[in-house]
Amino acid sequence: MASGVKPRVKVPKTAAAGDTITIKTLISHKMESGQRKDDDGNVIPRSIINRFTADFNGQNVIDVTLEPAISTNPYFQFEAVVPESGEFTFTWYDDDGDVYDTSKKIEVS
Amino acid sequence: MNMKPWIAAVVAGIASAAAAQDTNSLSIEGEDMVTAAAAPAHVENLDTIYSGWRFRSGETQALETDDFDNPAFVFVDQGIDLFDKVDGAEGKACSSCHENVEDFAGLRTQLPRVQDGTLVTMENLVNDCRTERMGAEPWKWSGGQMTAVTALIGLQSRGMPMDVAIDGDAARFWEQGKELYYTRVGQLDMSCSNCHEDNYGVMIRADHLSQGQINGFPTYRLKNAKLNSIHGRFKGCMKNIRATPFAEGGDEFKALELYLASRGEGLSVETPSVRN
Repeated sequence: MASGVKPRVKVPKTAAAGDTITIKTLISHKMESGQRKDDDGNVIPRSIINRFTADFNGQNVIDVTLEPAISTNPYFQFEAVVPESGEFTFTWYDDDGDVYDTSKKIEVS
Repeated sequence: MNMKPWIAAVVAGIASAAAAQDTNSLSIEGEDMVTAAAAPAHVENLDTIYSGWRFRSGETQALETDDFDNPAFVFVDQGIDLFDKVDGAEGKACSSCHENVEDFAGLRTQLPRVQDGTLVTMENLVNDCRTERMGAEPWKWSGGQMTAVTALIGLQSRGMPMDVAIDGDAARFWEQGKELYYTRVGQLDMSCSNCHEDNYGVMIRADHLSQGQINGFPTYRLKNAKLNSIHGRFKGCMKNIRATPFAEGGDEFKALELYLASRGEGLSVETPSVRN
């Protein structure tokens, strides 16, 4: 597992039905591009987050493919419409096979 | 000479345009911060002290108002992990003794301070704990682990006014710091005061000079995308004036840190702040 990986998510705790809410996510990850060389001239192998998804109550909201040119600590901000109370699940897929996830509940009145 | 009213108005207009600190007010996560205060009595050449936040562009300012948007919190998160991480021969972590990091509320405002005749900064306190209580290797002064933990500890004092002791035992260190502040050094023959007292608010290349307040350290800088220690920043300043920097953690920088902290008395601690 890549070291120092920590997901952070900001979702409003409450919203009105049908509201468009702003969601912010960030995962600390070094996003090694695979283009760099170390002091001995050997290529440092690529190690990035290659996919990010967000689901609401099991329904997919966003599905992103990440490429090596994306900088360290990738940050996503996007909007979603919330029809009902439920839970957002955020998932990041690492090149080394690790999957990091975190979830946030939202109360819709 | 009798100055016509409109001339006086123009002169006043120019004078206020030259002072580039803006009138924005800072509120972090709903908590209001003091970014301007009457200068302490010992700061003879300033009327008002301003946080460096007031000299930054709107975009940079906005980053500090929300803890999610503030990139420094990636490092504060690392600090939380380090605080709980067992290290050294004694098998202890910071949290073995200091159960709640919240207990450090107020510490940032009082540092550096004199202990047993020497001036100590937060970095000294952290490393003393590491070497004496944990039996671990000391951290590098401006290394990633040190700044992450000092940011975490400093964060507990956010919103509290800077308030260092400069009398008694601290007086001689304070005098030394003041001496350094006003002493011209380097090929450009400049002192701290030439920029941060005489010319704050003025453009230096593409940037506004601030008053050089240290109420937001360790600070996340957009230029290097990491937390920067106070002494690391001093070093940067000294290189810019083509001087040979003093050593990080040395007596000179610690004294200067005390003097600068005293110049910011009354400003809110903004740790970890965002600057460019």
